[in-house]
Amino acid sequence: MDMPTPNPEVLAKKARIVARLKEVLPADAVISDEVEVRAYECDALTAYRCPPLAAVLPASTEEVAAVLKVCHAENVPVVPRGAGTSLAGGSMPTADSIILGVARMTEVLETDYENRFIRVQTGRTNLSVSGAVEEEGFFYAPDPSSQLACAIAGNIAMNSGGAHCLKYGVTTNNLMGVTMVTMEGEIVEIGGAYLDAGGLDLLGVICGSEGQLGVVTEATLRILHKPEGARPVLMGFDSNEVAGQCVSDIIKAGILPVAIEFMDRPCIRATEAFAGAGYPDCEALLIVEVEGSDEEIDAQLERILAIARAHSPVELRESTSADESARIWLGRKSAFGAMGQINDYMCLDGTIPVSQLPYVLRRIGELSKDYGLDVGNVFHAGDGNMHPLILFDANKPGDLEKCEAFGADILRLCVEVGGCLTGEHGVGIEKRDLMVDQYLPEDLDIQMAVKDVFDPKWLLNPAKVFPLASSEARRMAAE
Amino acid sequence: MTSREGPDPNGNQVANLSRIFEGQEKMMTPLTEAELSDVIAGAKGPLRIQGGGTRDIGAPVQGEVLSTAGLSGVTLYEPGALTLVAVAGTPLADIEDTLAVEGQRLAFEPVDHRGLLGTTGTSTIGGVVAGNISGPRRIQVGACRDSLLGVRFVDGAGRVLKNGGRVMKNVTGYDLVKLMAGSWGTLGVLTEVSLKVQALPEAVGCVLINGLSDEDAVAAMSAALGSPFDVSGAAHAPSGVDGHPVTMIRIEGLEASVAYRAAKLTDVLARFGGEVSVERDADKVAVGWAWVRDVAAMQGGAGDVWRISVKPSDGPEVVEKLRALYADLRVLYDWGGGLVWVQVPAGTDVRSVAFEGHATLIRSSRETRASLPVFHPEPAPLATLSQGLRAKFDPRGILNPGLMG
Repeated sequence: MDMPTPNPEVLAKKARIVARLKEVLPADAVISDEVEVRAYECDALTAYRCPPLAAVLPASTEEVAAVLKVCHAENVPVVPRGAGTSLAGGSMPTADSIILGVARMTEVLETDYENRFIRVQTGRTNLSVSGAVEEEGFFYAPDPSSQLACAIAGNIAMNSGGAHCLKYGVTTNNLMGVTMVTMEGEIVEIGGAYLDAGGLDLLGVICGSEGQLGVVTEATLRILHKPEGARPVLMGFDSNEVAGQCVSDIIKAGILPVAIEFMDRPCIRATEAFAGAGYPDCEALLIVEVEGSDEEIDAQLERILAIARAHSPVELRESTSADESARIWLGRKSAFGAMGQINDYMCLDGTIPVSQLPYVLRRIGELSKDYGLDVGNVFHAGDGNMHPLILFDANKPGDLEKCEAFGADILRLCVEVGGCLTGEHGVGIEKRDLMVDQYLPEDLDIQMAVKDVFDPKWLLNPAKVFPLASSEARRMAAE
Repeated sequence: MTSREGPDPNGNQVANLSRIFEGQEKMMTPLTEAELSDVIAGAKGPLRIQGGGTRDIGAPVQGEVLSTAGLSGVTLYEPGALTLVAVAGTPLADIEDTLAVEGQRLAFEPVDHRGLLGTTGTSTIGGVVAGNISGPRRIQVGACRDSLLGVRFVDGAGRVLKNGGRVMKNVTGYDLVKLMAGSWGTLGVLTEVSLKVQALPEAVGCVLINGLSDEDAVAAMSAALGSPFDVSGAAHAPSGVDGHPVTMIRIEGLEASVAYRAAKLTDVLARFGGEVSVERDADKVAVGWAWVRDVAAMQGGAGDVWRISVKPSDGPEVVEKLRALYADLRVLYDWGGGLVWVQVPAGTDVRSVAFEGHATLIRSSRETRASLPVFHPEPAPLATLSQGLRAKFDPRGILNPGLMG
């Protein structure tokens, strides 16, 4: 993975930069020791590592502003970091960059049930946002699978989704306002406890900008009352086509489940061996979950089961207790772990139109044979967000490269059928060079022009999202 | 992928067919995206971008009219994937008809502004998106921007650009889709939009409460919206169709759900003191919500109409301050109190009353719209960012210049 050559001027003045950072932050908030900075050398894309020049852990918006002023004045690239759970390398540093971590900013600033929002510092984890409002029966809807660890800052940077966004939307649909610090160190408020923008929708473009437009330190998030109950049903089919058709028919029937999860045979077998959830041995399996009161759930499941029966399922399992519900979800929730037991794996997240599901799965199967690497598919079928897991052996020379080439082919396939490279993980460094397969040069240029406005010196997370060749002129001009 | 192929639903259009209508003003109506791009690239002065011309909102723009009405047609519709792609000039009504055949609709319930603004014409989907036009269901399913999956547009330099796509989850690059929604043609002219759609509900119901004060009504709506009963509309008219206060809570879904939730909500809302009833006649419920959506209470009235977005519990206080200034204030609360429509004497700036949120002047004379900021003035740092974006998207400043201030 290519990264830009570190700026020698910045490397040469490390001592001065660190000294200036220590002037604006408490001593323990500046990490510059060569051994200690290694804690920040990568995120969850662990195949690529590079220790940063230094890392800082500010505790307030004002401290973030002070750090950014120093870095702006010294021309130091800044890589913002939430909890470091990015699978795309979104917070991977370069040797000349400062990691700006929000891990010390975890406070709940305001909770308002009447107006249904919570305002938090963005270092707070996703799950603990829900945790803060749980006693009153509320929750924060976006639920990425890393929700125990991932921070709201990263959720906003990547516009994270989750299993339940079919009904509740992704981060951008649940984000009402932010406090953001620009690279110049200016603190700006965008949006708030009211809906929609009075002018241009700046909030909309900030969400999902991968930490390249500003550092979001506080967020106003929409909270909802929890449903009275939820219940999953498990369906097994003897072909991917039939399972895909069943998904489409459920959606067409006007029923909106909160989640429709799909697993294919390699994934079912792996999870059975690992978790023993009692899944049927079949080609494709769906987990469909609906919400409401018991009576409402019965009414919805009655329709869903009727649709499923019309597709001759090999298994149809309705949960009758909380324990059975947990067992239905057990395999799905341990799918990544199960695949990890077998081998190293790479997790992709391309999205496709639901109608293309059977074709794409068939093509992935063919590619798997061509590359000689196994792949399991587990994904959010309702919204077409796939998660192919490619198995490889990190200790075998050339296997990682082969796996990456296979992954790139799958993502190109997603684009070819009308989908996109990434549904919820973000581009980061991982999919940077594939952007030219989804966008023409002018489409990338207008996106980079947005960054020119927010960060004219291209100091914020500059080596991400855009192919290095596309962004080179802008990055060099800024240096 | 090396070249940009434009959507061409008619399939046989020849380039350079821009029709120019001579009338009170010149109107250019390109028939393809390529023609639209040529018109903008070759423009010598400012352009006034128009869809169906039903929403004369914003500061008056001087310039040649560039209409998207010649770009029409649904390019793709997949009911099983809940997605529809249409060319920007497609009449909204055509899209609604297409969706209705499959038992679907646009979730965000776009406002029909014709009655309020006294305009005629045919609303287009591009116009709806350009204005981020969203109705009562915004509190449940989000605004137009939340249903918008992708856009194609021509920027001020005539470049044909694309962002987003037609899938529901897409974080590939920056989200310019949201930025284009509600940019009122000032960043680019939309040529194609792709939208997430929604199934029509099997049943609807509306819990009605008569006689509540504004404050109690907002508290009641908050209780409903903060319940597990999935409310799809919450509005309060201090003076309803019969002149008395009425609060409306809408629920939609399967028949069993609507019946169940209507009963539960009736219990929840009993404590607010008004007289509670449930309307289950689908036609009556639809009429009632169209009345709210299209701000019927202010149609044909004298005076200016403003749309104020606030924290719901702040709504009644803002209204009280305005009432102290204008005795004949007309008011309608939507979005659980977070959207306040007010009718005030012509030429009034409601922002003389302090509040947190934003206010937009929706109906007023051209003179007033030329002198008062129609869109809420932004704090300096945000105004700088917005200006910076406009300069990038429209370097010559020719697309609806000044419309948003």
